Amino acid sequence: MSIVALRDAVVLLGRFPALSGVDLEVDAAEVVLLQGPNGAGKSTLLRFCAGLLRPHSGSAVVLGHDLRESRPAVRRSVGLLGHDTALYDDLTVTENLQFLARASRIEIEAVGSALNRLGVSARLHDVVVGQLSAGQRRRVALAGVALRRPELWLLDEPHAGLDQGGRDLVDGLVADAAADGATVLVASHELDRTLELATRRVTVVGGTITTDVVDAASVTDPPVQSKQES
Amino acid sequence: MSADAVNTGSRTTRLLGAAVLIGVLALILLGFFGAPEDDEQRDAVRMIFVHLPSAFGIYAAMATTAVGSVMWLWKRSRWWDIVAHSSAEIGVIFCGLTLFTGSVWGRPTWNTYWDWGDVRLVTTLILFLMLVGYLALRSAGGDENAMATRAAVVGLLAAVNVPIINRSVEWWSNRTLHQKSSLTDGNLEDLTLFTLFVGIVVWALFFVWAMIHRFRIGWLEHQLRDIDLETALIQRRAEAATESSGEESR
Amino acid sequence: MFADIWLVTNKDLRIEWRSRVTLSQVAPFALTVLVLFGFALDANPEVLTAATSGLFWLTVLFVAVVAVQRSTAIETADGARRALLLAGIEPSSVFVGKALAIAVQILGVEVLMVGGVLLFYDATVESLPLLLATCAVATLAIAASGTLLGALVAGVRARETVLPILLLPLLAPVLIAASRAFDDALGVLAVDGWAWLGLLAGFGIVNALLGMLAYGPLLEET
Repeated sequence: MSIVALRDAVVLLGRFPALSGVDLEVDAAEVVLLQGPNGAGKSTLLRFCAGLLRPHSGSAVVLGHDLRESRPAVRRSVGLLGHDTALYDDLTVTENLQFLARASRIEIEAVGSALNRLGVSARLHDVVVGQLSAGQRRRVALAGVALRRPELWLLDEPHAGLDQGGRDLVDGLVADAAADGATVLVASHELDRTLELATRRVTVVGGTITTDVVDAASVTDPPVQSKQES
Repeated sequence: MSADAVNTGSRTTRLLGAAVLIGVLALILLGFFGAPEDDEQRDAVRMIFVHLPSAFGIYAAMATTAVGSVMWLWKRSRWWDIVAHSSAEIGVIFCGLTLFTGSVWGRPTWNTYWDWGDVRLVTTLILFLMLVGYLALRSAGGDENAMATRAAVVGLLAAVNVPIINRSVEWWSNRTLHQKSSLTDGNLEDLTLFTLFVGIVVWALFFVWAMIHRFRIGWLEHQLRDIDLETALIQRRAEAATESSGEESR
Repeated sequence: MFADIWLVTNKDLRIEWRSRVTLSQVAPFALTVLVLFGFALDANPEVLTAATSGLFWLTVLFVAVVAVQRSTAIETADGARRALLLAGIEPSSVFVGKALAIAVQILGVEVLMVGGVLLFYDATVESLPLLLATCAVATLAIAASGTLLGALVAGVRARETVLPILLLPLLAPVLIAASRAFDDALGVLAVDGWAWLGLLAGFGIVNALLGMLAYGPLLEET
């Protein structure tokens, strides 16, 4: 079963067709790198796959749920890191993640290990998020995604604003997720980094997919059959 | 596009429009010269031929908006969304007319333009403010679907709260200057009653006529947006064809 | 369901406790308005007594607008609404949770304002149960309608102006009913305050139910 199956999907932001007809099939355990110029529709594609946007036309099934009717079911099983971190400025790091955990029905104990995983030091746990640096904040947001152990990871520029250590942590996180059988979609400009992880490179331009290359170099045991190469 | 396609008129609306015009003429004749003046209210009673039909119009418009709102939320039917919007706009006109004729009538009858003690007048004023809020929200722009949902909720809020507003104002004033019920009073002359009936029919026809026109405008706007969308889609896909990097960010 | 409601209420109140917007800005604002009303009407103490209830609840409505705006801003800043959607909490629980948090804050301001009214307006409490019950019921009704409209205007461009245009007319029955119930509780008018309380409760229930139903579709539209 495909994790993501989009056919001629059109998504509007207001009256702007951010996605102008996307065809995309992603299978389990794939790590897909989305590349393309600014404004190409990469972020919209990720938010769409997260079940946050309604399709205008075309068909869209994510994790077996139709995005026209059952977006809530999709949302519960994905993890999305967006441009904004979706954290409350006035709550501490721990409070923010505990809120997320409780709201998502995840045991509270997962919070500590997720923060450790992202290298957020213990002295920051009781600091109000509004006082964190951009990079620290991003790590906390990533911990919030990791906490959910999602079946589908949707990461929008996960390396942005992170130091070398942070970038390595992100790569490790993605590798582990894929090893666990989760599927990952990453939008990134850090081509040199993400290339190593990606099993597939998809180029998005003008709200549609222009090239879709299965990266033979990084595919060792091919769970992915060669797809429409263009 | 041909001139025909952008016209909101049709055979039906022209007939309806003519009927409304003739009806208004008949209403003027009947109202001013046919119906007798009232024993107490003298000529002022004639205001009721406009006042009461307008007040009925508000409720008809509110009910239509409420139904349209439910249908949008339930079926996401654009047709009903436009119906809800159209009838809210016409409802504001009826509301304004009711308030205006009510206070003009109030001057000679109650010796004041405005009486806070009158339940229906105050209720109508609050309704008027809510409808103005509804239209203000509609005009705020943004995503079409989001706006339809927001407006539908406000339309339902307004409709659901009408009885509560009415009850609260009724208790609050504790004294209604309003005639208990103009229709069932019994001491209205036959011709007065008939004129009132004509007024209601004419206003109902006007409501339907205005609804059809306003709806068609809304529908044309919707179609125009669809055409714009087609163009936008073609442009968007053209970006992919040229595949130029470093485009303007969006 | 109750756990989720408490989760949201607790979160909003904790944020308020940290930022102290209501405590340090809204409460002084409310007292200032009361004092200014006093100046405006003090030439005639009888008028002031007669108008006490109305002024009190009018001020509460202004406080409510500010509280709702703040409560909406918490979720719109930094895309926190998205996190709520992704977490999968029932939207109706979010609605009730946020409404309760707003109600607690408004109630806090009301306690101060009752003190202000007793002090500045020389009011006396004839029926404490009625006074307390009115505050509780009216505040819940205001919070419910406010939370619903707050979510409704969240994605609108001119939301600071649209919110009061929509909220204040809707709350007209609350202003009327709560003022009359207060008139009875303060012994200003011989009316049946408890009947007014019933009307307030009816308003609250109707709008809270509508809010629980409509909150999901509204949250979805962002």
